[in-house]
Amino acid sequence: MGADLIHFFTTNWLGQAIVILAQCLLVTVPLLLSVAYMTYADRKIWASIQLRRGPNVVGPFGLLQPMADGLKLVLKETIVPSSANAVLFILAPMITFITALIAWAVVPFDDGWVIADINVGILYLFAISSLGVYGIIIAGWASNSKYAFLGALRSAAQMVSYEVSIGFVLVTVLLCVGSLNLSKVVLAQSGGFWNWFWLPLLPMFVIFFVSALAETNRTPFDLPMSEAELVAGFHTEYSSMTFGLFFLGEYANMILLSALGAVLFLGGWMSPIPFAPFTWVPGVVWFALKIAFLLFVFSWTKGTLPRYRYDQLMRLGWKVFLPVSLGWVVLTAAVLQFGGWVPKS
Amino acid sequence: MLLQALAFYVFAFVVMASATMVVVSRNPVYSVLFLILAFFNAAALFILIGAEFIAMILIIVYVGAVAVLFLFVVMMLDINVTQLREGFLKYLPIGALIGLVLLAEILFGLGVLGSESTAMAGLGKAAPQVGAIDNTRAIGRVLYTQYFYLFQVSGVVLLVAMIGAIVLTLRSRPGVRRQRVAEQLYRPKDQTIEVVKVPTREGV
Repeated sequence: MGADLIHFFTTNWLGQAIVILAQCLLVTVPLLLSVAYMTYADRKIWASIQLRRGPNVVGPFGLLQPMADGLKLVLKETIVPSSANAVLFILAPMITFITALIAWAVVPFDDGWVIADINVGILYLFAISSLGVYGIIIAGWASNSKYAFLGALRSAAQMVSYEVSIGFVLVTVLLCVGSLNLSKVVLAQSGGFWNWFWLPLLPMFVIFFVSALAETNRTPFDLPMSEAELVAGFHTEYSSMTFGLFFLGEYANMILLSALGAVLFLGGWMSPIPFAPFTWVPGVVWFALKIAFLLFVFSWTKGTLPRYRYDQLMRLGWKVFLPVSLGWVVLTAAVLQFGGWVPKS
Repeated sequence: MLLQALAFYVFAFVVMASATMVVVSRNPVYSVLFLILAFFNAAALFILIGAEFIAMILIIVYVGAVAVLFLFVVMMLDINVTQLREGFLKYLPIGALIGLVLLAEILFGLGVLGSESTAMAGLGKAAPQVGAIDNTRAIGRVLYTQYFYLFQVSGVVLLVAMIGAIVLTLRSRPGVRRQRVAEQLYRPKDQTIEVVKVPTREGV
């Protein structure tokens, strides 16, 4: 019976389809739950920074607040402005949400815990994260509203600019690993936290983190939705679940970039201290803790820093990060070549 | 195998259909969106033949950067479609000629037209060895050895284009006040802050 079942799930196309579907659900459901509780954590952290209490009414410690918010979003009416382009208007939030979800297919949660262990994992993640901008720019155009359009233009320019430096950060990590496979990136950092890439590539880790803030439109780079100037930026005209999808996609993207940061620089599922009591903890727990740490820093920055001016943002991207990361790529390549540390392939 | 063939026909059909829509659709924004769809399905076709590296680069470069800027520009243009249609018949012969030349080039390159010798002779010589190693590595091995000079030359071509774009847009206007960040950062404390003891009810 057991052998039959294994046979069914590994060879029969129906069995394989069921397995793939189950894997997708295993990633998506916890991801959406983490998005919900990320909003809660965000609000609690900002509240602490501003000496407030934050959500504390719905459920114990306000723990049911995200559920109440989600329910409210679902129950409200979806309004499509009469002068908007209805098809693209509805399509835009879907694009944002779907691109935020499909990227998770290549993220390794533990040794071998990955839906698609493809050879070009990093490139896939980079490609998908560069698609997120379409949801925003289409939303801005389809809304037929000047605030939404200005927000979308800012966002597009910003995301394209910071992707360049993220690309160079990825190249330095690839040089040190010698593979584009994300599992191999993690395995190349085995050993304690002093073996992880954040230490030898510290400037790149900083650039990656700041670019991740810019890429997800978070403070201090939240100009696309800066309330004081553009109402709510590209999602000014959105209501109900169409807005909800933008919101979910935005948070899922934040978690995704934190996961990418954890894989590239913080040793993925590796335990920080490589001996007995710590290595018993399952890798997925360490991975979640690392993501949670990076997300905390996201919220912390949002609670502390004022917003950049737009020309300063562009200057930082093109005149500071791009030359520094380009120089660091050359430096890393030279050190690996002349120090004899080029990874064997 | 059947599934692969089916996938090929689906992707190929969508590429053709969306490429047609790029030309046919009346709204230029729709054209760019269909172009993006075509890029995507072309990337899917690359994945089907096992060229995953090229597929990803296609998405990153064309969809992630070039098409965003296209969309960016097209959305801000106020294009009058009927005005564009007026010249259609006038430009049709030139467009058809360019299309024919491109088609002929592909056929010559593949050796369908002309003899074997007209086809690119060295085509198979330094082709990456697919199969034994993953194709990122296979491309890297020939790109930086066999095709090193061509690679450098293509870099120079892009550099020329970049300089051209800068020359076209660069203009120095007199009387513009700019922020000089380096100067701001190098200011010492005694030049920037003045501590004043303000007497009560009198002000500075």
